[in-house]
Amino acid sequence: MTAALAPRHRLLRRPMLLAGLGLLGAFVVLAVFAPLIAPYDPIWQDSAARLVPPSAAHPFGTDNFGRDVFSRVIWGARVDLQMAVIGVVFPFLIGTAIGTVAGFFGGWIDALFMRVIDVVLAFPFLVLMLSIITILGPGLGSFYIAMALVGWVSYARLIRAQILVLKTQDFAVAAASLGFSRGRIMFRHLLPNALAGSLVFVMSDTVLVLLNGAAISYLGLGVQPPVAEWGIMVAEGQGFITQAWWITLFPGLAIVTLAFGFSLTGDALADLFGVQE
Amino acid sequence: MRPPRTAQRRGAEGLHRYRFILFRPLQFLPVLLGISVITFFLVRLIPGDPARILLGTRATPTAIANIRAQYGLDEPYLVQYFFFLKNLGAGEMGRSTLFKIDVLRLIATRIEPTLALVLAGVVLALLIAVPSAALSARRQGGAADHAVRVLSTAGLGFPSFWLGAMLILLFSVKLDWLPVSGYGTNLGDKLVHLVLPGLTIALSLSAVLTRSLRAGMIAGLGSDIATAARARGMPENVVFWRHVVPNALVPTVNLLAVNIGWLIGGTVVVESVFAVPGLGQLMVRGIFSRDYMVVQGVALTFACATVLINFIADIVTVALDPRVEL
Repeated sequence: MTAALAPRHRLLRRPMLLAGLGLLGAFVVLAVFAPLIAPYDPIWQDSAARLVPPSAAHPFGTDNFGRDVFSRVIWGARVDLQMAVIGVVFPFLIGTAIGTVAGFFGGWIDALFMRVIDVVLAFPFLVLMLSIITILGPGLGSFYIAMALVGWVSYARLIRAQILVLKTQDFAVAAASLGFSRGRIMFRHLLPNALAGSLVFVMSDTVLVLLNGAAISYLGLGVQPPVAEWGIMVAEGQGFITQAWWITLFPGLAIVTLAFGFSLTGDALADLFGVQE
Repeated sequence: MRPPRTAQRRGAEGLHRYRFILFRPLQFLPVLLGISVITFFLVRLIPGDPARILLGTRATPTAIANIRAQYGLDEPYLVQYFFFLKNLGAGEMGRSTLFKIDVLRLIATRIEPTLALVLAGVVLALLIAVPSAALSARRQGGAADHAVRVLSTAGLGFPSFWLGAMLILLFSVKLDWLPVSGYGTNLGDKLVHLVLPGLTIALSLSAVLTRSLRAGMIAGLGSDIATAARARGMPENVVFWRHVVPNALVPTVNLLAVNIGWLIGGTVVVESVFAVPGLGQLMVRGIFSRDYMVVQGVALTFACATVLINFIADIVTVALDPRVEL
């Protein structure tokens, strides 16, 4: 086997990873090329075609404003994918930095951050997020800020635990005895070794962030109408559930499918890195 | 020589393991203090005149003067915080601007539906998760195992608000078996109204529990305990239900405790879907109607409940597993 072929073979032998990445890739394509793929404008209202059941012209039917549900689901991929990714990136960066510093320095810095983490974890996640959104006012920006303020704790705990183990190992001691600076040891030697576990966690966390973001939008506190976002679409459809089930069904299926893609990829990565969840 | 292990001595050792019940609440103090600081700032950080925020826009000048004195609103934050703690100690959580009653009394009336919903969710989730995990673990690699694994992985990504809507569509609209939303007045009526919201929570929760239970059962089936029991001629069914399942349940209790925050957050959404008049729905209404004292009170209640439930989970774990020392 040549070296160039090896990775591809390894990928092919991992159907779960392949399926997960395939699903995620499909949603990225939908999001990027939404204007080309979607047959209608997502907020264009056709007053002559309200609450039309799924048909050839409208594969997912239309909603109470006569908007094409299929096009709205495709455009929704943009908002929801962006929500899931941005909602994870900031907690990941903040939590990783805090966890590294707390684990490396120990002492009162560590004790302080650990107490803060205890307090944040005492609040139910969504309740603390809603509280922060109460202060900031509804909106997507508030969601990102609340996510960053609340979500970092899991990453900080994961990374800190790893750093505590790693900093006593020979390579870390060797780096210190060579006179490397603390910053260099922390971020060049320890952190890269500590990241595998939290990279796996990123995938399952993305599922939670996606569900949270959609739920907050469903409650009316996140993304605001008329933007096509799956959570809002479910909320808008629920009022018409007795007459027009399709408004509610399809955006929910989109969330489930995207989340499944992230879960599969996460499970496969956990397998690949040999990380216990 | 070691003294013989009498029943009495074992009893004393057993109690020794529960000593943490006395000390653990002391460790809660910093957490509770932190919770109070966060909830305090929750209302203070909202832009605008705090007196107006606490009383609503149509407050009289006398009421505003009174609230300024009661909460020390003209003092620095640190002093205001002590006023806040003092009021809290007196059971004074402020007044709801929307419902025109004390927040504490308002919360008291809303605890029951939320508690019932969480309990229904946990019980139904276990009723779903234990059989599915058993089916899956005992025939590892079989068709049922694959189905359970795919469903439990997919189940992690089911948004509760959508699942709830789908259950309404199926059981209330199409089959007309169960009410669409609301909460009953008598016990039977309440139970009927709890089925769909409880099931919504249970389906999401059981996905998490099944994955953990399945892993625990597979480990248990290959453990020395199981091998020894089989060697004694114990039938496989008895080995499984008497030795494997109880051991797999211990980490599940912890998993439940870890997820309690997520579970309570879930009730906020599910109560909104089904219009259950619980704490979560109260919080969402509070946010929309700028009833800040209500939001503050509910957040405080939820946080304290989470701390309490984690403590109870610790006790249950010690009771279930004699090896655990806390």
